[in-house]
Amino acid sequence: MRFGARLALAVIALAALATACGVPQGSGAQPHTAVDCGSYARYGKHPGTKVTVYAENRDREADLFEETWADFAHCTGIDVQYEGDGEFEAQIQLRVDGGSAPDVAFFPQPGLLERFARAGKLKPASAGVVALAKQGWSADWNSYATIDGTLYGTPLVANVKSFVWYSPRFFRDRGLSVPRTWSELMAVTEKVAASGVKPWCAGIESAEATGWPVTDWIEDVLLRQQGTDVYDRWTAHEIPFNDPRVIKAMDTVGSILKNDRYANGGFGPARSMASISFQEAGTPVLSGDCAMHRQASFYADMWPQGTEIGPDKDVYAFLLPGADPARRPVLGGGVFTAVFADRPEVRAYQEYLASADFANARMKKGPFVSANKGVDPANAATPVDRLSIQLLQDSRTQFRFDGSDLMPASVGAGTFWKGSVDWIGGAGTRQVADSVERSWPSR
Amino acid sequence: MPFDVVAQQPKLLYLLQGVAAFAAVVSLLLLALHRGRVRRRAAALLLLAPALLLLTVGLLLPGLRTLGLSFTGTGGDTWAGFDNYVWMVTDPGALVALRNTLAWVVLVPLLAASVGLLYAAAVVRSRLRVFALSLVLMPMAISFVGAGVVWKFVYAYRPAEAAQIGLLNQLAVAFGGEPRQWLVDSPWNILFLIVVMVWTQAGFAAVLLAGAISAVPGELTEAALLDGASRRQIFWRITMPSIRPTLLVVVLVQAIGTFKAFDIVKTMTGGQFGTGVIAHEMYDQAFRYGETGRGAALAVLLFVLVTPLVAHQLRARRRAA
Amino acid sequence: MNGVREQLASRTFASIAMVIGVLWTTPTLGLLISSFRPEQEIKTTGWWTVFGTPHLTLDNYGEVLSGGGNGAGRLAEHFVNSVVITLPSVLFPLVLAFFAAYALAWIEFRGRDALVVGIFALQVVPLQMALVPLLKLFSQGWLFLPAWNPTGPARFGQFWFAHTVFALPFAVFLLHHFLAGLPRALIEAARVDGASHGTLLLRIVLPLARPALSSLAVIQFIWVWNDLVVALTLSGGTAETAPMTVRLASLAGTYGNEWQRLTAGAFVAAFVPLLVFFSLRRYFARGLLAGSVKG
Repeated sequence: MRFGARLALAVIALAALATACGVPQGSGAQPHTAVDCGSYARYGKHPGTKVTVYAENRDREADLFEETWADFAHCTGIDVQYEGDGEFEAQIQLRVDGGSAPDVAFFPQPGLLERFARAGKLKPASAGVVALAKQGWSADWNSYATIDGTLYGTPLVANVKSFVWYSPRFFRDRGLSVPRTWSELMAVTEKVAASGVKPWCAGIESAEATGWPVTDWIEDVLLRQQGTDVYDRWTAHEIPFNDPRVIKAMDTVGSILKNDRYANGGFGPARSMASISFQEAGTPVLSGDCAMHRQASFYADMWPQGTEIGPDKDVYAFLLPGADPARRPVLGGGVFTAVFADRPEVRAYQEYLASADFANARMKKGPFVSANKGVDPANAATPVDRLSIQLLQDSRTQFRFDGSDLMPASVGAGTFWKGSVDWIGGAGTRQVADSVERSWPSR
Repeated sequence: MPFDVVAQQPKLLYLLQGVAAFAAVVSLLLLALHRGRVRRRAAALLLLAPALLLLTVGLLLPGLRTLGLSFTGTGGDTWAGFDNYVWMVTDPGALVALRNTLAWVVLVPLLAASVGLLYAAAVVRSRLRVFALSLVLMPMAISFVGAGVVWKFVYAYRPAEAAQIGLLNQLAVAFGGEPRQWLVDSPWNILFLIVVMVWTQAGFAAVLLAGAISAVPGELTEAALLDGASRRQIFWRITMPSIRPTLLVVVLVQAIGTFKAFDIVKTMTGGQFGTGVIAHEMYDQAFRYGETGRGAALAVLLFVLVTPLVAHQLRARRRAA
Repeated sequence: MNGVREQLASRTFASIAMVIGVLWTTPTLGLLISSFRPEQEIKTTGWWTVFGTPHLTLDNYGEVLSGGGNGAGRLAEHFVNSVVITLPSVLFPLVLAFFAAYALAWIEFRGRDALVVGIFALQVVPLQMALVPLLKLFSQGWLFLPAWNPTGPARFGQFWFAHTVFALPFAVFLLHHFLAGLPRALIEAARVDGASHGTLLLRIVLPLARPALSSLAVIQFIWVWNDLVVALTLSGGTAETAPMTVRLASLAGTYGNEWQRLTAGAFVAAFVPLLVFFSLRRYFARGLLAGSVKG
């Protein structure tokens, strides 16, 4: 009985303990220096509200985002809870399936955004966002977040993928000039190769995304050889993936990337690029072990610390040329905002992100590119960012979105990447293109 | 924002509350069990109820839901019949994953148990055995993200003319070879991934087997020694038969763990270069590609593959009982 | 003759042990050394060159601990979260599994074997597939269960629930295995003396099961502490509830170009499990050893 009595006592005591101590609410208020809230008045006041944001940008980029909208949050009273996650692409599906979607998500692929829009999970953009989208972006840009005529969000980040990074000193020492046409590019390539240096370096290792730099190469060349029309029909699968014109583009890329004479400078045989992470693939440019590295504007962040960027500095970039120097197709990527909730504070936040004010404020804080027509290139943090913005704002530029981000994820982030890896490893062009075509979902 | 101890107090309070509430429930349960003559069936029910309730809600129903989903198309709202299963046995990527999974499931338990057994047999009579076993158990304490970085420094590739940063290529170069892309060259890359899994698992096997070996009655081995039996004979004739049940458990637990393992593939190759396994392909299909039905079908396949192992373990146990 | 062979055999055994021991620790050693090297050297030369030209720094640890522009102390906050998540997530499944295992091993009732098989088989349900329904349960409720989507520290409850559920099959399996192997006579004797199941459970079986429970606790502790999948799904990533693993996973930067930070990060994350592991290694090893006496 003694034992039982003790137990009973314990139950009472524990139950009391569990219910008695209420949890004191910690105050989340942070001291804030005086901010001029005048420019945020149009977003209204939403004191005590909370907006959850989910995206793949993390670490420093996350900090810069949060710093940028701190004033907005302070003035509107909205508590913006940002979460950056490297597993965004998979986790967003899991969370939406599980009924705990964030209020706002930043989608790095239009294809992913489309999937959730078609499933009826996303809320269409508010009238305010639609107006800002019309005012801030070209029809092309807005089309990526428009599904069946409904706009869901605006581009938040843009990047230009068609850059070729090079060392101005290396070019100067060898009497090379920046090529303006494809044939000039191949002449430079051949000249460097003849001097005993492999002209191109590349790295395609990127964990699960391994292979994407190759897909970018292929898309870039297809865009230059066949123009925007064929490119659009290809990404929409109106012409098959293994169309002869695509095969031709792949073979052109292969004549560089799969050629042991031209690649992989600083890293050995061409197929070594499978083991080299894309982040480190450009470093031989600095040591003169390779002349050119085709990689996006965001590669600016990946040079070793202390590397200076500029037309007469350590490294700089030129636009991958096409046959005709007057035509300037630009391949790029971007991140789009979209909302899963319809509350006023979520709307206000999305509208703020769609404004040129946000883009300009963010650019002042560090490397960042926006395709918004209202951004001032002078705010760009690096010369390549400035160049990117000028290209994006130039009406002669024919901008096209990274095709693998537009395709269904099982192809664009699956078989296309995997196929590219096999292709670099030695598989035939025809064979790879056929297998990607076969994997295209029939629905 | 400096670390604010006060701001952490609600969390610790909640921790206290949670544990107290749990303890209250448990005590209540024990009290009920203690009071009066509880019938056998009722006692069993009382003790099993919390676990069974949680398992039903958290695993059984999700399992059934997955089965249902495996018959649906993209998005999980259209009936697709056996399409996903047909896809599974015709898609090249899924077939590669299936082939690799079989290789993993055969090799990982085999290698982990063999290494574990060798190591256990070698250190079990040593005075330092706890320390020695800790050494091989250490990889268990390192997260998969950590393990990924650890092995990056083993398999990393650099061209022949540059300094190697990967140990394995350093050795290859030191012995006059060419640096190789260990994780890229199929089909051997699968083996190099399996090595990582064995690295994390062998310690567990070693500890279990060391226990089994030290439990073999000393008189038995001494008597055999007196009869002039060699160490080897003793090992095969006496030690092995008596540790057989443990060995089976080890192999089984490893095999099940291996079927489900996807972290290593995910962190090391992301399923590229023909290294995918079913668990990883399932994750990709269901979440990265939004092909819920296909992912679910792969999960069902996993379940079907593991069931014989479970059944075998049970039969073995019943025989022993 | 026999003696020589004996010596030879034990020498072979010793060298086998040495070789395996070295093979198993070298990769970790490489990481440990790398974590003290400057970024540029990590990315250009092998960690073994450090013996020739020692050039060590605490930069990586500095970045991880106060890291990436976030105010210092964030990691400390995540550390508290990890503790708050882990302790109940070890305790709860252990207690519940112990009860269940006791009932399955020592109370005779119909359908007992089928239950053992069933629980064991549930180990097979992939975690990722179980997470979606679990999230749904939390966000929308199910049948008579209400939605449970708290804010603030109460969110930790979701972690405890998830980890408890996912730990149960293996814990029940291992403990049942152990308890079923206890000497029958001991329990029969107590039962004849009129002890209730409650007394039996606490007074006789619990002390005997202590080694198995402690080793299981260590395994579960390491598992929960290192978990990233459940944490990513439930934490919402904010400093309010996210454990250390979530924070460390983001250290490599959006493009993964800061991966050298992971060298230090891996050790910072592994510090507590290693500590637990080495301070409890005696119990851990003994527990598993004891558990395996009976096949």
